[in-house]
Amino acid sequence: MIPGPFEYHRPTTIADAVKLLCDFGDDARPLAGGHSLIPMMKLRLATPSHLIDLQALEALKGIRREAESIVIGPMTTQHELLSSQIISKSLPILHEAALVIADPQVRYRGTIGGNIANGDPGNDMPALMMTLDATYRLVGTDETREVSVRDYYQGAYFTALEPGEIMTAITIPVPPVGHGYAYEKLKRKIGDYATAAAAVILTMSDGKVATCSIGLTNLSETALLAEDAAQLVIGTALDDATLKKASAAAEAIMSPAADGRGPVEYRKHVGGVMVARALKRAASVAV
Amino acid sequence: MNDITLTREEREAKLEGLGCRRKRVEDIRFTQGKGNYVDDLKLPGMLHGDFVRSPYAHARIKSINKDAALKVPGVLAVLTAEDLKGVNLAWMPTLAGDVQMVLADGKVLFQGQEVAFVVATDRYAADDGVVAVDVEYEALPVLIDPFKALEPDAPVLREDIKDKMDGAHGPRRHPNHIFEWTVGDKELTDAAFSKAEVAIKELISYQRVHPSPLETCQCVCSFDKIKGELTIWGTFQAPHVIRTVVALIAKLPEQKIHVISPDIGGGFGNKVGAYPGYICAAVASIVTGKPVKWVEDRIENLTATSFARDYHMTAEIAATKEGKVTALRVHVLADHGAFDACADPSKWPAGFFNIVTGSYDFPTAYVSVDGIYTNKAPGGVAYRCSFRVTEAAYCIERAMDILAQKLGMDPAELRMKNFIKPEQFPYHSALGWEYDSGDYQTALNKALETVKYEDLRKEQAAKREAFRRGETREIMGVGVCFFTEIVGAGPSKNCDILGIAMFDSCEIRLHPTGAGIARMGTKSQGQGHETTYAQIIASEIGIPAEDITVEEGNTDTAPYGLGTYGSRSTPVAGAAIATAARKIKAKAQMIAAYRLEVHEDDLEWDVDGFRVKGLPEKFMSMKDICWAAYNSVPPGMEPGLEAVSYYDPPNMTYPFGAYVCVMDIDVDTGVYKVRRFYALDDCGTRINPMIIEGQVHGGLTEAFAIAMGQEIRYDETGNVLTGSFMDFFLPTAMETPHWETDYTVTPSPHHPIGAKGVGESPNVGGVPAFSNAVNDAFSFLGSTHIQMPHDFWRNWQAAKRLGVTG
Ligand SMILES: Cc1cc2nc3c(=O)[nH]c(=O)nc-3n(C[C@H](O)[C@H](O)[C@H](O)COP(=O)(O)OP(=O)(O)OC[C@H]3O[C@@H](n4cnc5c(N)ncnc54)[C@H](O)[C@@H]3O)c2cc1C
Repeated sequence: MIPGPFEYHRPTTIADAVKLLCDFGDDARPLAGGHSLIPMMKLRLATPSHLIDLQALEALKGIRREAESIVIGPMTTQHELLSSQIISKSLPILHEAALVIADPQVRYRGTIGGNIANGDPGNDMPALMMTLDATYRLVGTDETREVSVRDYYQGAYFTALEPGEIMTAITIPVPPVGHGYAYEKLKRKIGDYATAAAAVILTMSDGKVATCSIGLTNLSETALLAEDAAQLVIGTALDDATLKKASAAAEAIMSPAADGRGPVEYRKHVGGVMVARALKRAASVAV
Repeated sequence: MNDITLTREEREAKLEGLGCRRKRVEDIRFTQGKGNYVDDLKLPGMLHGDFVRSPYAHARIKSINKDAALKVPGVLAVLTAEDLKGVNLAWMPTLAGDVQMVLADGKVLFQGQEVAFVVATDRYAADDGVVAVDVEYEALPVLIDPFKALEPDAPVLREDIKDKMDGAHGPRRHPNHIFEWTVGDKELTDAAFSKAEVAIKELISYQRVHPSPLETCQCVCSFDKIKGELTIWGTFQAPHVIRTVVALIAKLPEQKIHVISPDIGGGFGNKVGAYPGYICAAVASIVTGKPVKWVEDRIENLTATSFARDYHMTAEIAATKEGKVTALRVHVLADHGAFDACADPSKWPAGFFNIVTGSYDFPTAYVSVDGIYTNKAPGGVAYRCSFRVTEAAYCIERAMDILAQKLGMDPAELRMKNFIKPEQFPYHSALGWEYDSGDYQTALNKALETVKYEDLRKEQAAKREAFRRGETREIMGVGVCFFTEIVGAGPSKNCDILGIAMFDSCEIRLHPTGAGIARMGTKSQGQGHETTYAQIIASEIGIPAEDITVEEGNTDTAPYGLGTYGSRSTPVAGAAIATAARKIKAKAQMIAAYRLEVHEDDLEWDVDGFRVKGLPEKFMSMKDICWAAYNSVPPGMEPGLEAVSYYDPPNMTYPFGAYVCVMDIDVDTGVYKVRRFYALDDCGTRINPMIIEGQVHGGLTEAFAIAMGQEIRYDETGNVLTGSFMDFFLPTAMETPHWETDYTVTPSPHHPIGAKGVGESPNVGGVPAFSNAVNDAFSFLGSTHIQMPHDFWRNWQAAKRLGVTG
């Protein structure tokens, strides 16, 4: 559990960071809080010879409201998400989700950017970003792109991020006032990644679901959007039969790996249970 | 001290002796980060070693190329088995009478096995060197399933002994067979079964787990070429045994070996054995003339150093229709991994598994254990239990529940009915032990009353009805466990390690000013010996505990002892302390008599000194006696006040306890909630109730971990799937239930202060209590036994198998 040799860089501008990443190509990796990357380096599963630390890039930090969106700098730590008034008021589901990520020590250093940039299927934030329909700003040497989260995740550790690019902003449309939300995460213990988790954002009208989106964590190579399941519940009062159907529709798109958290069959089953529980709880907090 | 103005109670309180909730003196340094662990040691010119380990579970080694590694900056040497052969150390003896490769000699037998040892100027360079060593393997068929080990066409693992059909513990039936150990009366037992009114039979497995102390195994070896002396600082639970083993295998004179165990961050049995890292670091130091440090990382600790358990027990009980047990029969398939490195007293290949009759009066019993080799890491240590006692307790406590279920009887009532009765002690068990003392009925009654057992059963019945009606998806289980431990190994008549009797020792030296030092043959890894041992001395000889320093772990200064494991420190070393203290007291009495000008017999002991009978004002305190011992002893008496005791216990001690666990399980996810856990322990005389509670809390937490999630898992090709704390369940404070502790006191009749040992009871009793709760929850659906660990997915699988997952 000792990393191989590497060189450390600490650029102070986005342009310098991007240039370093371009110059070193595949040998370089951006470093945010280090809580995903450094464990991989200790196992020598990642062996970058250049680490480009983003800590000094002030432009990558902070949470602000811009019109009908919330813009989050990727270097914002999970702890900062938890202490932000803007988040707890406008995006309460992010507050709830950040609380079930790892433990306080990890949350003090781990960033939202590091959590979502890399396409790690175990992380919680990608499914949240999908549920909230976020957009990522990616900056390279030649161009700046705005990529919809729904096009970003392509496979485990495989994303739309091109070599030489860094993520500089996360833009999330603010869900309507009175929306219902819930993140149901089943895990073996504090600090563990999800055995299965489901994020739900919905609105209710006259006791029936008006709009709904459902995201799934750690139930496939990437975070998933359970679109069929979400469609199924619209117009219903989330009766038991509907919940059963929604769970089944969500389970149909899951393809988790068997691991210490359980065999495939179990992980899919509890994935369905998380969907039903998140729907019910989201509806109960909607106004 | 002899302040006459103090009341007797005040003088007693000042001593902080037996029964006092004295704060742990160790914690002053531990809580300030000032402990001194092996990895804190930094010697001038110290080098660092690290292992190349096998990615294969079974493979032949075709070649090892060191060239690239030797070119890595900072790498000084790469040791392989070929190098060790030069000093006759490619293999080492194990505690169980087997031999074990230090570095892979021709083949590897488990994933993570040590293949080469890289020595470098720093830890980073050592690891870079490890990556650069090029080993060519040829994969061989892998044996992971223990039930296939003895099949005729099973792959032969140990080619070194494949034709040696006579093992350390008798004949072997198969190249993968290590031993068969039997105890009890087979004929009588078989006869009892053939006429049994009721009988149960169940395969009860206790999975492979790892003690996983927070500090991994590590050492620093420093060889002084001029003096020809080797100093080893290491995480050793038994430093003297290590010294003797090194003397025997390295052929160094024992006085030139200095073994030092500094502070140890938990052991739980993991640090009893001798590991290749120790030998390699020592050889590397001898070769380079520099100190060499070896520190295991977490993955190495979890995958390569000693595991525990891995017992597959087929248990049968015969009984009458009324629920009186008539016989017990158990067969164990014991998976020992690639080498038999089980840490048991030498003549006990299955430890004290024959305590498996538990707390019950079985007229007859028979046990047979088959030890076998598989492509897994070696070990088989007593993980917070006396030797194989937790396996035995789990086996009988599960089996009794299964019998109760078959009889339609309450499990607590069945236990009560079959308990050994107070008047039967000392009790001779059908499998050969002499239980020293016990009052089981009182303990279980107290437990049942405290938890309101009858109410719990009523609530459970109501919940089951509600579940059947579809009103809840939760099922409720009540786990009852009544365990009897056997600890304090042990009497020289039946216990030795490599031929050394399992006594323990204490040397007490009192200084002129009435303070002193006690040096011990044991070694705390967190048990609080520095605190509790001083309390025993305080009560015995009236010197306040705070004036006694307790020192352990340095073989040059400590008297020879067999170390700390198996809850033996209090039963054995604790007795040595009392015995040494009594020798001092006898001399003190002579000095006091001389100074008070009376006959010795005219004196009586009074808290902290001697008083002349009938003349209360004529008193000499222990403090004053200490001074007198150094200036005015009776004519003909040697000055000074010190004593040594080597205590060979006449018998083991038999702590016991009654535990109850209440649990709710969500059948849709398998998620459980421990609603209540009550633990009543009887460990005889209680030295420090606060330390006992701490030990019980820790042991219960480990029991919870084992029962509810811990497991070393292998895939069918022998890859370890649980190499980190992400996958190997170590509960945090968040998962750990609340513990309620309680006690009764039944002193050991043969121990000088009546103490029995407690550190391991909670692990022994806790595991069956949890498992019984889970099994009890599911029993109304028709299940008799669900294997551990009871993690979420397995609970769900059980629910699914029983058709209630909807
Ligand atoms: C014990 C433990 C438990 C954990 N449990 C959970 C959990 O339950 N749920 C969960 O979601 N997470 C969990 N994590 C992960 C944790 O949340 C990480 O901190 C987070 O995923 C990564 O953030 P980081 O800032 O540490 O990123 P780093 O480790 O520094 O980086 C992660 C990856 O993202 C890349 N990267 C970072 N920032 C950028 C950027 N701006 N542009 C482009 N690429 C970038 C890096 O190059 C790297 O490849 C756990 C971590 C630990 C150590």
